[in-house]
Amino acid sequence: MEELLQHLINGLSLGSIYALIALGYTMVYGILQMINFAHSEVYMMGAFFAYYSAKYLNLSSSPGFTSLAIVLVTTMVLCSLLGLAIEKFAYRPLRKAPKLNVLITAIGVSLFLQYFAQLVFGADPKVFPTLIEDQTLFSVAGAPIKSFDVTILIVSLLSMGILHFLVYHTKLGKAMRAVSHNASVASILGINVSRVVAYTFIIGSSLAGIGAILVGIKYQKIEPMMGTMIGLKAFVAAVLGGIGSIAGAVTGGLILGVSEILVVVYGSSQYRDALAFLILIFILLVKPAGMFGKNRIEKV
Amino acid sequence: MKKLLIINLIIAAAFIFTSCTKKEDVILIGEYGSLTGDDATFGISTNKGIKMAFDEINAKGGIKGKKVKLITEDNQGKNEETAKVVNRLITQEKIVALIGEVASSRSLIAAPIAQKNGIPMVSPSSTNPEVTQKGDNIFRVCFIDPFQGLVMAKFAIENLKVKKAAIFRKNGDAYSEGLANVFAAEFKKMGGEIVIDIQYQPKDIDFKAQLAEIKAKKPDVIFVPGYYSDAGNIAKQAKQIELKATLLGGDGWDSPKLHEIGGDAINGQYFSNHYTTESTDPVVVDFIKRFKARYNDEVPDGLAALGYDAAKIVAEAIERAAEVKPNLIRDEIAKTKDFVGVTGKISMNAERNAVKSAVVVQVDNEKRKYVTTINP
Repeated sequence: MEELLQHLINGLSLGSIYALIALGYTMVYGILQMINFAHSEVYMMGAFFAYYSAKYLNLSSSPGFTSLAIVLVTTMVLCSLLGLAIEKFAYRPLRKAPKLNVLITAIGVSLFLQYFAQLVFGADPKVFPTLIEDQTLFSVAGAPIKSFDVTILIVSLLSMGILHFLVYHTKLGKAMRAVSHNASVASILGINVSRVVAYTFIIGSSLAGIGAILVGIKYQKIEPMMGTMIGLKAFVAAVLGGIGSIAGAVTGGLILGVSEILVVVYGSSQYRDALAFLILIFILLVKPAGMFGKNRIEKV
Repeated sequence: MKKLLIINLIIAAAFIFTSCTKKEDVILIGEYGSLTGDDATFGISTNKGIKMAFDEINAKGGIKGKKVKLITEDNQGKNEETAKVVNRLITQEKIVALIGEVASSRSLIAAPIAQKNGIPMVSPSSTNPEVTQKGDNIFRVCFIDPFQGLVMAKFAIENLKVKKAAIFRKNGDAYSEGLANVFAAEFKKMGGEIVIDIQYQPKDIDFKAQLAEIKAKKPDVIFVPGYYSDAGNIAKQAKQIELKATLLGGDGWDSPKLHEIGGDAINGQYFSNHYTTESTDPVVVDFIKRFKARYNDEVPDGLAALGYDAAKIVAEAIERAAEVKPNLIRDEIAKTKDFVGVTGKISMNAERNAVKSAVVVQVDNEKRKYVTTINP
């Protein structure tokens, strides 16, 4: 029982990181019907932004809530700028082009950023600064609850809450939903589609930046190739929940995180990555729209 | 068009110029290693040791009156790059001897290439037995995995006096699997019990699920024969889930970054190594003094010392050889006997492996406390 609880905590904290990144995939897909493969690289760059901002603001030696908040804000801003730049220079010129062109461009941007990061930051792993101390806060049935896991859960729940509020209770959110429903009709009704798309990239990229910091805090090892696997997993989570659906991305992330941990525990770590993609294949076969996705009929 | 012609002419001129300067009075020795990548400190440390050895030799007038020129290629810690750079060193740079690598899996890729081209290769620190079995041109100046597995098993039973061990190995890694297998066999032979033998995947950063499983089996020690970045992270996550067993490792832990990654959690854990900086042997003391003077007060790790020894052995072999030819150098390396190195007295056996003792050290922040020496 004690162990199962421990595994569930680990799974939830891993899953909430998947969820944060999955949200970026899902939001862009919801608006543009394109899979932004460069998203995992925004996440990777986020980790390096956080690393260097902590280094140059001299926060590495003073762990605490303020340090974490400062690094979070700088990283979110930098990630947003990166996301905006990608959208403006790589995707916007192709807005009217066939979907496949944009998809290939996304893969190109992703590879470009990976090797750009290797060139600039070096290929060797960096040790992420300690932004908060890891302590046992309390124990539940013998399982220690650590401040790392609690921070991860709080930060990700908070960001998801803010996102929910943004999408469902603000004017911008209303515009986003309108664009996602039908971009051309939305623009006829006076919604600036380009601006809504830009905001979507800002939000998605900020969430990736938050995810990167949480991973950095928890695992401390960051490197230019760190985005690849976690990006794929987050993508699986987004598809599992129903791509385009916010609630789906969160649920998908949590399910994937917990089931991965359980596979490692009760099976073998060799099957872990296989499981993620098995889930993907299964979902695509059985319920292609995902758990929360609606099967939309293509109207011509 | 004209511009293109001029550029071409410049390139052509550059080629002619460089080939002119490549005089016969330089001895070219190649080195390949991970100067960047996941285990970058391995390549960097080794390179520092090798460079220091050759610079010292050149300062004393070189070998046979010729200067030694070291050509170092970075393989980024990748298997596919290794084949590329080693081929380049041999066919394009025309080296007479090759030094490298630390990671056994990459030495195993370079060895057949060196063997095929008849270039002697000396690995400073690849401990997997198969490396030197690739052919009679392949040597090493360190001990082999079975010995490291044996050392840690013996240390656990005799010094730590424990009976229950867990193994946490890296899946598909020649080095890690080699150490783990021998440790398991020797530990059982000496009356111990392996309570769990579990693996992690390359590139993993989350080890908690496996560690929780290990915790449930309540071992006294956990043998983690991985490299430093994994070991540091494993120690840290073990501490997070309050797994208190002592961690044991091999020379793959030997890196200045081990403590940076592992933090407090890695303190007090043990690993087997090629030499200790706490040695009072004048050869070692002198080596550390010169190394520190050269590299900003940095304390040389075991890999730097092995790189230094490998370079010195190659240099001595070239000195003894009648001519600077790869096959003659090979024969002389094979004859190495009682070479007094920083990492102990080195003799090549018939399998082209160095016969020498190992030390067990305990991690204490950046320092390595000497615990005991275990002989073959």
